[in-house]
Amino acid sequence: MRTFDYVRATDTQEAVRLLADDPAASCLAGGTTQLDLMKDGILEPPRLIDITRLPLHGIERRGESLHVGALATMEELAAEPTVAERLPVVRESLLLGASVQLRNMATIGGNLLQRTRCRYFRDPGVAECNKRSPGSGCAALMGAARMHAVLGVSERCIALHASDLAVALVSLDALVHIQGPTQRRTVPLTEFYITAAESPEHENVLDHAELITEVEIPLPPPTARSGYLKVRDRVSYEFALTSAAVLLVIDGGTIRQARVGLGGVGSKPWRAYEAEHVLTGAPVTTATFLDAAEATMRDAWTVPGTEFKVPLARRTLVRELQTVSGVTS
Amino acid sequence: MRDVASERDVDSRSTLNERVVTLDVNGRTYTLRLDTRVTLLDALRDRLGLVGTKKGCDQGACGACTVHLDGRRVLSCLTLAAQAEGRKITTIEGLTGADGPHPVQRAFMEHDGFQCGFCTPGQIMSAVALMAEGRAGSDEEIREYMSGNICRCGAYPNIVAAIRAVASAGGHDAHL
Repeated sequence: MRTFDYVRATDTQEAVRLLADDPAASCLAGGTTQLDLMKDGILEPPRLIDITRLPLHGIERRGESLHVGALATMEELAAEPTVAERLPVVRESLLLGASVQLRNMATIGGNLLQRTRCRYFRDPGVAECNKRSPGSGCAALMGAARMHAVLGVSERCIALHASDLAVALVSLDALVHIQGPTQRRTVPLTEFYITAAESPEHENVLDHAELITEVEIPLPPPTARSGYLKVRDRVSYEFALTSAAVLLVIDGGTIRQARVGLGGVGSKPWRAYEAEHVLTGAPVTTATFLDAAEATMRDAWTVPGTEFKVPLARRTLVRELQTVSGVTS
Repeated sequence: MRDVASERDVDSRSTLNERVVTLDVNGRTYTLRLDTRVTLLDALRDRLGLVGTKKGCDQGACGACTVHLDGRRVLSCLTLAAQAEGRKITTIEGLTGADGPHPVQRAFMEHDGFQCGFCTPGQIMSAVALMAEGRAGSDEEIREYMSGNICRCGAYPNIVAAIRAVASAGGHDAHL
């Protein structure tokens, strides 16, 4: 690991100013991505700004919104009564991710900003990585691609965004509150990420001197049912091959509202609007679910090793629609 | 044009960044002068001689370095020592009380919950936290919430048996 200055920020404005003052500085929160990549020699910030002491840990329900401080941990959010009661899809996506130790460290803001698990991105011995060195190529195209993305990708980069939580949150239209040096702004999470097809090196719209301060989750109607299904190579402590976040409001055999997110497939957490379009207003039947799944993944761009994700993602979605609706016929 | 990157390279090689860090470990206070890069794991092992906490993968994958920070289990390999300042750190050495080994430690011995023993301190720290979290209700639950601790000898059945034994004997009293 390269040496660095360690600075502990005590208030948010100070943290943002420290970032603005040093274009190469990085923030340190839970550290589960940041320190890992620094040990690997992928990130070499000359200055680390420890933001863990900022007053951004609280989780508060205000009316029909849950306001989650950026520094709340994954375990803290999963344990929140409102999450258990109204947001099963969020709770399940959290508890199916990482391990308890990592979830006690990893923050919600950091989870959204986590870097890809692409083994070629994470190996400094690999020269071809458009994410690390724009224009150098993509070693993953000809490599072991099982854990890579098929949506929002191109021959320039097929890196996967591996967050489970973010898949649930894009499906819920969560909002990201951001503090910059001179202003605050709020960005819908669905507009926060940039796909690898658009730009391998830019993963989101956050400027260098901006900090996520809060994630706001609008609560779905009390009658909504939701859940998260994660399909993976082992039953626990593993990244998704495919996953599905599903929320349904059902009334008299008809789907009134549908929200669908797909994980394990996108260079960003994927919102499956086309599936929602098929589901909304349709009868609650497996035939509807199959149609919805068929409508997804049409823009998939595969390489040898990722083709299996297209049918697997569709089956994952059908299964979770059946589980959430309770309708299997 | 000014080459910022190469200036920084020279700086970083010639400058040692140190920081005085005060750590509260197992109820004792230690003040250390540490390179900013030193992880909590390396500070515990190399500076404080508390070598019960193990360095397995050193990248947050195996769980061998598990310790408690303010009562919550975390990975000391991905925690900078400086980040742990002002927080209560408990290691495997801090589990043993005046009346001998912690009930979970005794159960691991009774149920043969290890072979080589390298992952064991991390397993035990995780298991103690697991019971405090109220997640030892069934074998399935134990396996799920212990999944961050890898045992390459494959002692899992006996680890689960040890935890189950403490839990069914009223393990909620067994946490710190």
